Amino acid sequence: MSGLEILRDVLSWALILSGGFFTVVGAFGVWRFTDFWARLHASSVSESAGMLLLIGGMCVQAGFTLVTVKLIIIGIFLFITGPTATHAVANAALVSGRRPIEAAGLVGADPQMPMPNTLSAEQE
Amino acid sequence: MMFAAATIAIFVAMLLVLVRLYAGPTLYDRVLAANTFGTLTVLLIGVLGFLTERPDFLDISLLYALINFVGTIAILKYFRYRAIGDKGANRSDVKVEG
Repeated sequence: MSGLEILRDVLSWALILSGGFFTVVGAFGVWRFTDFWARLHASSVSESAGMLLLIGGMCVQAGFTLVTVKLIIIGIFLFITGPTATHAVANAALVSGRRPIEAAGLVGADPQMPMPNTLSAEQE
Repeated sequence: MMFAAATIAIFVAMLLVLVRLYAGPTLYDRVLAANTFGTLTVLLIGVLGFLTERPDFLDISLLYALINFVGTIAILKYFRYRAIGDKGANRSDVKVEG
């Protein structure tokens, strides 16, 4: 086993272990957090950090092949669509009148009053 | 060996997300959990391809990523407008569930 292979294995072990760690931590947050808005944060941990680290580990293990190109394409796609889907879920919950507990008393905390720049601008 | 560890980690994460998918009190918790579950499935298919030394699975993984995103948006749009195809002409009539 040459030095370069040892380096590659160590690097991909580190990336994949940390990716698995972030994935499990994010899923644990999705399971245990008490508020919907808190669960949004937790899901982004496993969707962005864990995903990128796991895919990076797989890229290092695959070397310069077509597999790496496919992995990079999957990584870019998930990196764009993951936050977009999370934002869509958050916006749908906001429009439906759900508000964070911490927002009581702030601007837009009343569900009867639409938040600025969400519905009112499009209705005109 | 390292892909076995990643597979176990993804399985544990999927189990936790499934609990939230089942228990989640509102619709949006369930949509969020389903979206996270889909992302984890994409990762699981990729890692399983490496584990069985058949990285051709990545094509399936990419397809699953596409379907997962479109499906999430479609579910949200359906529960907002009660229709997928059409735009929801009169927004003041729209009843939002949740």
